[in-house]
Amino acid sequence: MGTVILLTLTGLGLAALYFLVASGLSLVFGLADVLNFAHGLFLGVGAYGTWWAAGNLPGAGSDGFGFVLAVAFGVAAGTLVAILVELVLIRPLYSRTIEQVLVTVGLSLAGVALLQATWGADARPFPRPDWTRQVTGILGAQVPNGGLLLILAAALVLGAILAFLRWTRYGLVIRAGVENREMVTALGIDVRKAFTLVFAIGGAAAALAGALGGVYFGTVSPGQGGSLLIFAFIVVVIGGMGSVVGSAYAAVVVGLVQQFVNYYGTSGLGDICVVGLLAVVLLLRPQGIAGKVATA
Amino acid sequence: MSARSEPGLRAPQSRTEEAQLEPILNVEDLSVRISGLHILQGVSFTVAPTGVTVLLGRNGVGKTTTLRAIVGLTPPAGEVRGAIRMGARSLLARPTHRLVRGGLGYVPEDRCVFAGLTVAENLRLAERRGTTPAYDRVFALFPELDRRGRQRAGSLSGGQQQMLAIGRVLLNDNRLLLVDEPTKGLAPKVVTEVAEVLERVAESVPVLLVEQNLAVVRRLARDAVVLAAGRVAWTGDARELLLETGLTKSLLGVGSAEVRAPSARSELASPAVARKDQP
Ligand SMILES: Nc1ncnc2c1ncn2[C@@H]1O[C@H](COP(=O)(O)OP(=O)(O)OP(=O)(O)O)[C@@H](O)[C@H]1O
Ligand SMILES: [Mg+2]
Repeated sequence: MGTVILLTLTGLGLAALYFLVASGLSLVFGLADVLNFAHGLFLGVGAYGTWWAAGNLPGAGSDGFGFVLAVAFGVAAGTLVAILVELVLIRPLYSRTIEQVLVTVGLSLAGVALLQATWGADARPFPRPDWTRQVTGILGAQVPNGGLLLILAAALVLGAILAFLRWTRYGLVIRAGVENREMVTALGIDVRKAFTLVFAIGGAAAALAGALGGVYFGTVSPGQGGSLLIFAFIVVVIGGMGSVVGSAYAAVVVGLVQQFVNYYGTSGLGDICVVGLLAVVLLLRPQGIAGKVATA
Repeated sequence: MSARSEPGLRAPQSRTEEAQLEPILNVEDLSVRISGLHILQGVSFTVAPTGVTVLLGRNGVGKTTTLRAIVGLTPPAGEVRGAIRMGARSLLARPTHRLVRGGLGYVPEDRCVFAGLTVAENLRLAERRGTTPAYDRVFALFPELDRRGRQRAGSLSGGQQQMLAIGRVLLNDNRLLLVDEPTKGLAPKVVTEVAEVLERVAESVPVLLVEQNLAVVRRLARDAVVLAAGRVAWTGDARELLLETGLTKSLLGVGSAEVRAPSARSELASPAVARKDQP
């Protein structure tokens, strides 16, 4: 019983990480038709931004309010990079899919190389409050607090994105644009502003994933974003391009499958199962769990 | 192509005769090529500043392509040449949202309402900062839209979706409306309703209308432009065109597939604004 609960909660922690990366990817693809392979870079910037701020930014640190400040700095840095990437590199290339893929793949490689050149290729210990290293007893399972923090953060981000989509003018524009972008412009709306906004939201969520992932794993390394990105893409496809709620469901399924199969089967089998799951979904429901709708 | 006698002006306005003849839209030598295919090859016509100008032609001749080129929605793989002017302003190479905010209202073929949004949300999307949306005007024309505000647009009937597509454009003031096949796929009774609405709308805004239902054309249109093989094949008085059975037959193929009536003449003479190809 304890093992099942532990596996469920660590699976959900992993799911939270996937969701934070996938929600932005999904919105960006759903609205702007951009497959952003540089999304992992935003995660890396968030992680290294937090790590750097904890050591160097006045007032920031690895505990209490200082840690909150460090994470805020990392998230702000990731958001800023996402906005710049959209404005400078993606905007001139809308509707030129192949060039976009080349640019974003190139950017993600260059980003990893840049992080390596600056701070080295090895994993670095991540600054984190002591309580995140401890465990909480839940129904007999000893669950790491860092994982619980991730779950909480992902739930808050999910709620915030849904509220934003549901209740704001830009949220309305994004939901409509995911359905039919051209018709949004035909109503007199400059949809490119919404593109930038969606990049910013996605960049912030991915950067938060970077910071809290650092807390969860206890280390930060340049390649982290890339490996997470692969599973995030799988989550996006399973959930349905453009659907935030779909991404949330798919992240939970992928996280749990991976965790349980890796534990009860052989290690690594979980990852294969996830790819198998992707194939099954693509065969049975090519539009993903939730299809191309931004809310449901 | 533009100056001709106008017997039935629906909107008598306090402008001079000369100003009334000045077209609201000039399309000159418009060519559109999409992924290597020449779809339009030097199309020229004008749209009168009042009433309905109808754009006709057989299926696939490029009517939708023409409207989309005017509103700047040619696909990225497409190439547009020529000139499109509204008054002194050139519309070519300007982004769609600017053109629309400048008073060009577009009601697309197949309606394109946002199926996942509610009726109220579809309308709210068309609101613009700095102007008061004319909900009273829209709800006066379409009381149904007021009542169904919370219904998802995707669950509306075809006719209701068409009302929504027209309504959201009328929320703002327009200088010219582009309306693409508003009666396509609708039941005869609904076709009549849509035609009535467009008749009222056209009293205050000029309309460039694409319409295959010749009874609707006869009821609404004053001027007609007929496309054939990527070019303008005929322009002139819409009624004149419709009275010439031989002409409509050769230009539009009417009498065979589009209007399943014994002859084009009898279809046009029938008073009902109904589409004969509807079940
Ligand atoms: N995006 C596109 N790519 C390639 N060809 C296109 C594209 N859009 C339109 N065409 C072609 O251009 C031609 C004109 O199409 P268009 O939709 O303008 O015709 P239409 O007169 O509106 O026809 P209908 O009466 O059926 O609505 C067609 O042969 C169509 O196949
Ligand atoms: Mg058409």
